[in-house]
Amino acid sequence: MKPKLQLKNITKYFGETAVCNGIDLDVHDGQTVCLIGASGGGKSTLLRCINLLEPIEDGEILLDGDDISVPGIDPQSVRARIGMVFQSYNLFPHMTALDNAMLAPKRVWGKSNKDIQAEVEHLFETFGLADRMRQYPDQLSGGQQQRVAIVRALAMQPEVMLFDEITSALDPQLVGEVLDVLLTLKSQGMTMVLATHEMGFARQAADKVCFLQGGKILEEGPPEAIFEHAQEPATQAFLARALK
Amino acid sequence: MTRRQMYERHQRRKSITIATVSTAVAILCLYVFVPMTPGWDKVQKSFFNWEVLQKTFPKLLDAFVVNIMIFAWSAPAIAVLGLLIALARNAKSPAMFPLRILGAAFTDVFRGVPVVLTVYLIGFGIPGLGLPRPWNSPYLWGSVALILTYSAYVAEIFRSGIDSVHHSQRAAALSLGLSERQVMRDVILPQAVRNVVPSQMNMLIALQKDVSLLSFIGPVEIFRQAGVFKSLLANFTPYVGAAIIFLVITIPATRYADYLMARQMRERR
Repeated sequence: MKPKLQLKNITKYFGETAVCNGIDLDVHDGQTVCLIGASGGGKSTLLRCINLLEPIEDGEILLDGDDISVPGIDPQSVRARIGMVFQSYNLFPHMTALDNAMLAPKRVWGKSNKDIQAEVEHLFETFGLADRMRQYPDQLSGGQQQRVAIVRALAMQPEVMLFDEITSALDPQLVGEVLDVLLTLKSQGMTMVLATHEMGFARQAADKVCFLQGGKILEEGPPEAIFEHAQEPATQAFLARALK
Repeated sequence: MTRRQMYERHQRRKSITIATVSTAVAILCLYVFVPMTPGWDKVQKSFFNWEVLQKTFPKLLDAFVVNIMIFAWSAPAIAVLGLLIALARNAKSPAMFPLRILGAAFTDVFRGVPVVLTVYLIGFGIPGLGLPRPWNSPYLWGSVALILTYSAYVAEIFRSGIDSVHHSQRAAALSLGLSERQVMRDVILPQAVRNVVPSQMNMLIALQKDVSLLSFIGPVEIFRQAGVFKSLLANFTPYVGAAIIFLVITIPATRYADYLMARQMRERR
């Protein structure tokens, strides 16, 4: 079967440093792929490259077989198909939660409030945010803000979702409610790529776990293979520290 | 009452007493020593003449309406032009390159020349082209000079406001599929403008005062009117009257700007 998202030899430099140094990765429809590894290993940069927020030096990114990394491609049309959620939520502080989620459908698709409001409100309801829709970001907890950020991305009906350490800025007691949202998405068949430090979640929910170091995927496989029988010494050392 | 509260009450009383005494001493010094200066009698007669003030004050107020009018049509023009220049200087596409250069040159020139000089050059220079009425009006070209100068400053403040919006907001908006233009209009600018409201308030206050510079090229606004009275009555009191009228406007406005600034600092923290 053709992968939903296919990365071939992704290479990205910041100055002299290779942040992504030839990354190959296949993500199939409905799969959840977790990228793990120490900070600076290239996880976040890889996600930003997929969403064309960072141009890549070399390699190809295929979405449904279409090369979306062709230099000069219209990035808007690509980004509208790929949702992304960030570590720091990045909600627009001058809009209510509902307006945050309705902005892109309105602007990108040219829809009116009336066309989309019911659908977007339904998303808020699905994720237990119905009573928070009319509030501004600074009136919400971190966990609520992050869930709104997920709803905002989902409102564009993306084919793939990218999550960049979305629980790293949260108080420990708020992590669970955000991870629950991810589990719901997985059960709905969403294709997801996560950069994460939540090893428990990766173990429970991932179809594939990739260990990144020095801009390369050092080891990849199903969660049991990585967490129980890691082959590479670097993976073993990382997991020993991370799971301590 | 706890020990702490008793201590704090004691401290409070002590500082109120000190403040009262030192203020009284300062006022007393002014009251005693200033009249002892050799020129006080003359100054009192020519600057603080109650009769002259009473006689000229209504006319000064009338003239101040001219200030308000010039201010009222200049301020919106400055806001629009300033914003356009800020956006031009921020534009990234190659087609906008000339605009970007023009914007930079504009701000450099009009921030680099004293306002009064710009008022002179434009206010005398352009009507000198022999334009027909009403295109030779000093009101028009004086306002244009103010608009150009203040737009340059206001543009720089808008630009700093745009820079103050965290780049992650841009990334988030782009990731949703918005275009650069939509990101600027819907996400960055609303936040940027809100961030710089207090600074722009201060520009408004400065503009309100600088309207008086137009007196040099003709319009009879308050400063010019005070000058007319000075010559007529051989007395400087009308200037003091004009200053009072300005203060009535600018002190509350300055206080309000400070309040906005303080509130914003609190919100940031």
